[in-house]
Amino acid sequence: MTLTFTRRGAAALALAAALPFAAQAEDPTKVGFIYVGPVGDLGWSYEHDQGRIAVEEEFGDSVETTYVESVPEGADAERILTQMALAGTDLIFTTSFGYMDPTNNVAAKFPDVKFEHATGYRRDHPNVSTYSARFYEGRAVLGHIAGKMTSSNKIGYIASFPIPEVIRGINSAYLHAKKANPDVEMSVVWVYTWFDPGKEADAARALIDQGVDVLMQHTDSTAPQAAAKEAGIYSFGQASDMAQYKPAPRIGSIIDNWAPYYIERVKAVKEGTWESVDTWHGINEGMVELGEFSEAIPEEVRAEAQALSDSIAAGEYHPFTGPINKQDGSAWLAEGETSDDGTLLGMNFYIEGITGDIPN
Amino acid sequence: MLRLEKRPQPSKLWTALTPLLAVLATMVAGGLLFALLGKNPVEAIRVIFFDPLFNEQVASYARPQLLVKAGPLILIAIGLSFGFRAGIWNIGAEGQYIMGAICGAAVGLAFYPSENPLIFPLMVMAGALGGWIWAMIPAILKITFRTNEILVSLLLVYVAEQLLASVSLGLLRNPEGGGFPGSRNLASWDASSNPELIAGTGMHWGVVAAFISVIFAYVMLSRHIFGVQLQLAGQAPRAARFAGVRPEMMVFICFTASGVLAGLAGLFEVTGPAGQISIDFNVGYGFTAIIVAFLGRLHPIGILLAGLLMALTYIGGELAQFMLGLPAAAIQAFQGMLLFFLLAFDMLSNYRFRLSAREAA
Repeated sequence: MTLTFTRRGAAALALAAALPFAAQAEDPTKVGFIYVGPVGDLGWSYEHDQGRIAVEEEFGDSVETTYVESVPEGADAERILTQMALAGTDLIFTTSFGYMDPTNNVAAKFPDVKFEHATGYRRDHPNVSTYSARFYEGRAVLGHIAGKMTSSNKIGYIASFPIPEVIRGINSAYLHAKKANPDVEMSVVWVYTWFDPGKEADAARALIDQGVDVLMQHTDSTAPQAAAKEAGIYSFGQASDMAQYKPAPRIGSIIDNWAPYYIERVKAVKEGTWESVDTWHGINEGMVELGEFSEAIPEEVRAEAQALSDSIAAGEYHPFTGPINKQDGSAWLAEGETSDDGTLLGMNFYIEGITGDIPN
Repeated sequence: MLRLEKRPQPSKLWTALTPLLAVLATMVAGGLLFALLGKNPVEAIRVIFFDPLFNEQVASYARPQLLVKAGPLILIAIGLSFGFRAGIWNIGAEGQYIMGAICGAAVGLAFYPSENPLIFPLMVMAGALGGWIWAMIPAILKITFRTNEILVSLLLVYVAEQLLASVSLGLLRNPEGGGFPGSRNLASWDASSNPELIAGTGMHWGVVAAFISVIFAYVMLSRHIFGVQLQLAGQAPRAARFAGVRPEMMVFICFTASGVLAGLAGLFEVTGPAGQISIDFNVGYGFTAIIVAFLGRLHPIGILLAGLLMALTYIGGELAQFMLGLPAAAIQAFQGMLLFFLLAFDMLSNYRFRLSAREAA
């Protein structure tokens, strides 16, 4: 037993020494991923990892994927990216906003390695692409359901960081909740983390104590779902379906479906057609999916939500269509006017009716 | 029958041997863990311990990164080791590290965009001061009210984290950052940057400071009466008092050393590798340094080696994650084993096994 064990180890050592893991012509395409949370968060990082698995299934032995999870957004990310590039990775997906500087810094040093940065806006080098999803489209639909489902007229929102993506989601959800129910109020709690089940649960309980009976979250764990279940209120799955909390508290969800994009980009690298692009896809392209509306929602509300989702997908309705004022009462969009992408990408203001300030 | 017997004196031999034994035992137990996860254990150990140093593709980058990662660990651990020798427990180095970074960055940013060469030295002083003030809170509370310094220093870490979030979003937020939290990039502003001093070595001012602190600590502990006083205060507080060692003074000195060094570590990190104040700027150096201090037997040279070893498991652990697909949690468990085995084997330096006849009832 000991002998075979040692031999196998020695063989592995010899093999590793003889074949340094350089990418050779016939070698599989190497694709790397870095995640901000653990792959088991059942939310954001989990869905990115599902995309990675889909890439493996699509291309079989002609790709090799690797990942590093729970990577802090800073010096550590830069080191891991550099090491991935040095180890011969051809394409690297950096799946959190905070990897923006590390991604661009490392891309400068490795012009032959392609980088794909999720939710960022900087493409300093021709080997960097950015991609994100129009989550605000899904938020509009969930906001509508929330407005219909609340009986205390209080909706709670667990927000991560005050960055445009999160603020956009809050505005979209509030706008459509208000349209569905003019008496609705929304309380926002900032937790300053993407993944921290303890903090998320505390925030959920604080909101529930204030009388909130529908909970939305822009964080990655299922802790708010558990808190909602305990309190007997409604909630929505975030980033992933969180189907284990169906039919209640989880009455709907936004699912990030990265698989088609990841497959497309890996294919482009294999075929040598990869170029730096900025992708922002929504419900129509399937990057934003709405999870099943559970039976806890009355049938006519489900139908309304579906209709809203369909009209957004068809391009007939834009979630930010005027008249909309900013929080301070100044005009933002005139009657019938829709927001341009630039304003949405840099959104740093609440719309009229939301109480509280964006922390700064 | 085997029986444990306390040694009259801790064994010198075992004291030196236990860290090595602990590393070996960690390799064996860790290998077992990796095998259970379906990975080749020999390959996993090789990737963690050897690839960062010798793999031809990664090593040229990973070797200097060892210094970058070990620098703050060593700097903080040296500061902590003074107190730990004397039985004074500063567990809040993480908070002092954060406060050093905040104070240093704030002083620097106040002069933005000046290119005055005095800015960086001023920031270094502010960083040391920030860490020192944060350490003085538990120290003074202990001296005047006999509060428990473990609890106070630890809880102040969480206060510091809240302050960090607050300044990242408010006071120090980059006005040109498009509303995103985090300060200006200090590493890319010449007056405040702490760059690599010699390209390709990973040496920045923080690493230099770590080496100086090792030498300074070595001299203080082995060539200066202060080293004896520390030892005495830790092992025989009453005897120490008779020898004229004032315990209040010891608390003050030890917290000063650890606070200043942790503050410096934070300042060098924020101006160099990290580059900016951000909400999750701290990644646990202050806590890991406690492991490093004990792994290094509270001895300066030991801490130097332990810091490098810890950095190796971090960098090798990352390599093992993406080369072999080991989960992050397995790597953390592996690092935890190191401390666990060290403490377990410590028994050998304080006790010995004796073969004894069966005892009569």
